[in-house]
Amino acid sequence: MNASAPVHSPRPKARWSRKERRYFWLGLAFASPWIVGFLAFTVYPFFGSLYLSLTEYDLFSTPRWVGLQNYEHILQDDRFYTSLGNTFFMAFVSVPITLVASLLIAVVLNFKARGINYYRTIFYLPSVIPIVASALLWTWMLNPDFGLVNMALRALGLPDPAWLLDPRYTKPSLILMSLWGSGAGALIFLAALQGVPKQYYEAAQVDGAGAWHRFWKITLPALSPIILFQLIMGLIGAFQIFTESYILAGGKADGGSLGGPEQSLLFYAVNLYQEAFVFLKMGYASALAWILFIIVLLMTLLLLKTSGRWVYYGGE
Amino acid sequence: MAARLKAVLPYALLILLSNVFLFPFLWLVMTSLKTPEEILKFPPTIFPEKVQWSNYQAAVEAIPFTKYMMNTFLICILNIIGQLLSAPLVAYSISRIPWKGRKIIFTIVVATMILPAQVQMIPQYIIFTNLGWVNTIVPLTIGAFFGAPFFIFLLRQFLLGVPMELSEAAKIDGASELRIYARIILPILKPALATVALFSFVWSYVDFMGPLIYLNDSAKWTITVGLQSFQQDHGAQWEKLMAASTIMAVPMILIYFFGQKYFMKSGSALTGFK
Repeated sequence: MNASAPVHSPRPKARWSRKERRYFWLGLAFASPWIVGFLAFTVYPFFGSLYLSLTEYDLFSTPRWVGLQNYEHILQDDRFYTSLGNTFFMAFVSVPITLVASLLIAVVLNFKARGINYYRTIFYLPSVIPIVASALLWTWMLNPDFGLVNMALRALGLPDPAWLLDPRYTKPSLILMSLWGSGAGALIFLAALQGVPKQYYEAAQVDGAGAWHRFWKITLPALSPIILFQLIMGLIGAFQIFTESYILAGGKADGGSLGGPEQSLLFYAVNLYQEAFVFLKMGYASALAWILFIIVLLMTLLLLKTSGRWVYYGGE
Repeated sequence: MAARLKAVLPYALLILLSNVFLFPFLWLVMTSLKTPEEILKFPPTIFPEKVQWSNYQAAVEAIPFTKYMMNTFLICILNIIGQLLSAPLVAYSISRIPWKGRKIIFTIVVATMILPAQVQMIPQYIIFTNLGWVNTIVPLTIGAFFGAPFFIFLLRQFLLGVPMELSEAAKIDGASELRIYARIILPILKPALATVALFSFVWSYVDFMGPLIYLNDSAKWTITVGLQSFQQDHGAQWEKLMAASTIMAVPMILIYFFGQKYFMKSGSALTGFK
């Protein structure tokens, strides 16, 4: 209707200049694939799962509203506590161990040795092997009778546990496997190590600081942002451990043997998978998912909040 | 003496550690070449007494191996195409178009990286069920066409290092934003795009849970699910399992050797995570 309005008709002053508006639509257009995907596959399912968590739903009949019943059941469910305990073990024992290992490997890889690229390749290689393949390999390596690990232990006169069959050793088995894959984290640390300004070390050396001192006072603070990043990613990863457990525990498609001996490999994500896709308790599993989300969110916030005390950002 | 130790120690550590890391590979390949009897022998042999290449043929014939591989590769290729179409566009938007809202978008992109997939998993499954997409490859590929947060972040890091003057010069010559993107930025981004393609391939190739949930029909299985099922049915046939695992690992190893520098690049981009 206004198309034919006179050129000088007074219009409300635009909040944005023409250029700003043009950029707004351009930027939005370029970002639109992600925005559409975010709305359809993140936001909608995010709230969808909150709704489902308040229902009973088996995928075939319509969801039945049950209020907070699922959450009440969860708090009385032994499997929930078992899986939570197992997962906490991985998050707070395995993740720090792997983190320290990858940091040490990175320090070793930072040596100015001949053929260093060859070594870098070797350390990284295990982490590109599909988990299914490496879990199968480790199942064989950790075989109590014929596995390489126990043969070596026996040769050294050390105790030879039944690794994947003994509930006390299933999680250490997983740690062993994740140590083998710690090269990926090492490469990220290595890149960060190489970004530490050389002058710092030179200055410290002039002041007579030893190697140990330099590591604590220069290297670690310089790496602290990347340690924080890897810690957060590691924790979130620990809460989603699935494939390793599924293979090492010899999971059956009907979910029969998920969780391993005495449920020692029943991790949070494994339990959630089983409730949802084996028992078809979609509402209950959604409630589990929301509790997972809240735990991960709280842990991340806690880490970020306390990180101010130990994370140093260069130039700030 | 101390100086000598200092020169030798790094090499000693490197050699020792790298052997520890290498040995499982050696064991994998050697086991895959032994007879079932030799595998259970004590004391163990490292190298097979008589190399059993036939284990490989037996492993490949025990399951529809070629079919699983083809299914896997198809999913991988579609994921690469999807990511390459979308991720750089979004990264371009949040790093090179000065629009209000780009900071919010970037913040949400990073925030979604910490969102556990399990939270969206069940409703997504229900959506795909209602759309009739379960037991097809659509649920395993469609997500890529919207750009993964990790790749968007990675490409943004690369783009921050590209001088804005390049775009401004082109703008003065009257080039549109889309033209600048296609003609100037995408060619510069090539190494970063290679990184995205590599990681995209690796992720889809190793994915286990996705195919496990979405593919019921065994003819549609990927190699990860196929191999797991083979382990279930033929648990004790270690030589075949190791042969199949070796074949499964080969594409990853090749990709790593040819794309090494790209993997390293992502490491250095991630260190910019502050």
